[in-house]
Amino acid sequence: MSERPLRVVIVDDEAPARNRLRDLLADCAQAVPLDVVGEADHGRSALELLSSRAADVVLLDIRMPEMDGIETAQHLQKLEHPPAVIFTTAYDAYAIRAFEVHAVDYLLKPIRTARLREALSRVRSAKPLGPGVLRELQPRARAFLSAQERGKVHLIPIGDVVYLKAELKYVTARTAQREYLIEEPLAKLDHEYAERFVRVHRNCLVARDAVRGFERLEGEGNEGQWVVLLEGCDEKIEVSRRQQHIVREFAK
Amino acid sequence: MASIVNQNAYSSALPNFRNLGILLRILLIVNLAAFAAAAVKSVPLRGIWNELLEISALVEPLLILSLIALMALNGVLNRLPYYLGILAVIALELLLTALLYAAGRPLIAMDSPLGRYWLLVSIVTGMLLVYFDLRGRALSPALSEARLQALQARIRPHFLFNSINAVLSLIRQDPKRAEVALEDMSDLFRVLMADNRELTPLAREVELCRQYLDLEQLRLGERLKLDWHIDKMPHDALVPPLVLQPLLENAVYHGIEPRSEPGVISINIYAARGQVHAVLRNPYRHEGSHHAGNKMALGNIRERLQLHFDAEATLVTKVADDTYQVHIVMPYMKGREP
Repeated sequence: MSERPLRVVIVDDEAPARNRLRDLLADCAQAVPLDVVGEADHGRSALELLSSRAADVVLLDIRMPEMDGIETAQHLQKLEHPPAVIFTTAYDAYAIRAFEVHAVDYLLKPIRTARLREALSRVRSAKPLGPGVLRELQPRARAFLSAQERGKVHLIPIGDVVYLKAELKYVTARTAQREYLIEEPLAKLDHEYAERFVRVHRNCLVARDAVRGFERLEGEGNEGQWVVLLEGCDEKIEVSRRQQHIVREFAK
Repeated sequence: MASIVNQNAYSSALPNFRNLGILLRILLIVNLAAFAAAAVKSVPLRGIWNELLEISALVEPLLILSLIALMALNGVLNRLPYYLGILAVIALELLLTALLYAAGRPLIAMDSPLGRYWLLVSIVTGMLLVYFDLRGRALSPALSEARLQALQARIRPHFLFNSINAVLSLIRQDPKRAEVALEDMSDLFRVLMADNRELTPLAREVELCRQYLDLEQLRLGERLKLDWHIDKMPHDALVPPLVLQPLLENAVYHGIEPRSEPGVISINIYAARGQVHAVLRNPYRHEGSHHAGNKMALGNIRERLQLHFDAEATLVTKVADDTYQVHIVMPYMKGREP
């Protein structure tokens, strides 16, 4: 069976590094039929590119501005047909150790043709990276949340999120503009962004920076219920009885 | 976020009272002092042994008790700031003297009031502390020499491998540029690997910075913009080697690489009133999370400036309006015209 050529995307913030990869891929094309279908200079543009153009494999640099390679790989998993990922790095002690532990494929720069050929030939049989593995590789909190909408991946800068609220199946991420549905458990987000968000209710985290103040509801049935007032959002979020201590903490 | 080089290259500290050498020195010096006192006191010099015996009866118990107390309290004393440590040691001595005075009065003839003993004890203790401080100062250059070598700036492996990668990418398309890049790299590494204890002309350091930045330009292209202001630079001023290059490396790593839009690094070097000023600025974004490495390079340069120029050099960092600034001031030491 003759397979169609491997569709490859190169992602690196340095132009010479992309040039070199293109040269090397041309050298590999004999042994592994391939097409370079696109290039991107950072994670965000890579996601944009891959939302509109399918690829089989992404060569992904780790240290990039805007969004690093490992975070990019996590968001890529939300694509309908996520491409295989081969990380490339010049030097990153932390990531390399993690790759070894989880048997994730990576290439050390300067990359050798033979090594690249080998990695490419393994791509089709490789099993996709699980979200758990990628999360473990990520030492810091992600800079973006991602939501899947009609096969596209929307990136939401975490700084824009006013609150995160768990609904039946999804978590709603509210920004000043609109709402997004996120397919991640609230507990995990709470853990990842413990510094940025504060839990006001069993099902809701609000951004500390967005807290404008607290208000006590008057009237029957409310019995002194506290609500949070938020910047850039008219909704009032209930503070549960158990979390009422945060009202005092903010007052300080 | 501003900090300035400490006033002294050597920072005063109490001696380690658990060190045998220190203990022996205290024993020896106090006993010599007692001997001297005996020699002064006995008018016919033959009476010196009797006098010494009498003094020893007072001095030795205090000396032994003091040493035991100092050994026991060594950890606590050394954790205190130096001046508090000094006060604590003197207070301890006065306390022990008072205790011995109270306990010993029925046994030995002590004809003077407590105040007199306190005065003598304070003088001897003070002299010993001054001695240990001077000794620490005298010994510290030997340490600095060793430190200087250990402190020699180290280049980030990240830069090395990325640069090699950039040169490799040039070999096919632009072999001439690849040659120049490799030459720059070898110059840079020659300096990095050299014995950098001697001062070097500023012009040489700036040349090295240029070579380094050329390499970074190769990788980063349009993203790295440079703004040189070195018309008034004193070419012959002597500076510690690699005093600027690591700061530029920081500027690239923290200021340029995390951004996808272009950023400007400005380099401003001039002489004023017998001093050389170097001001480096780079864009700064608050969220940057690579602070540890940054501090390490700064600490390294700060320490080398201290070792070379002592209190005459300062390194001040400042964050303002999304700009990170490092300002170095060094004495203008003229060298040969390069």
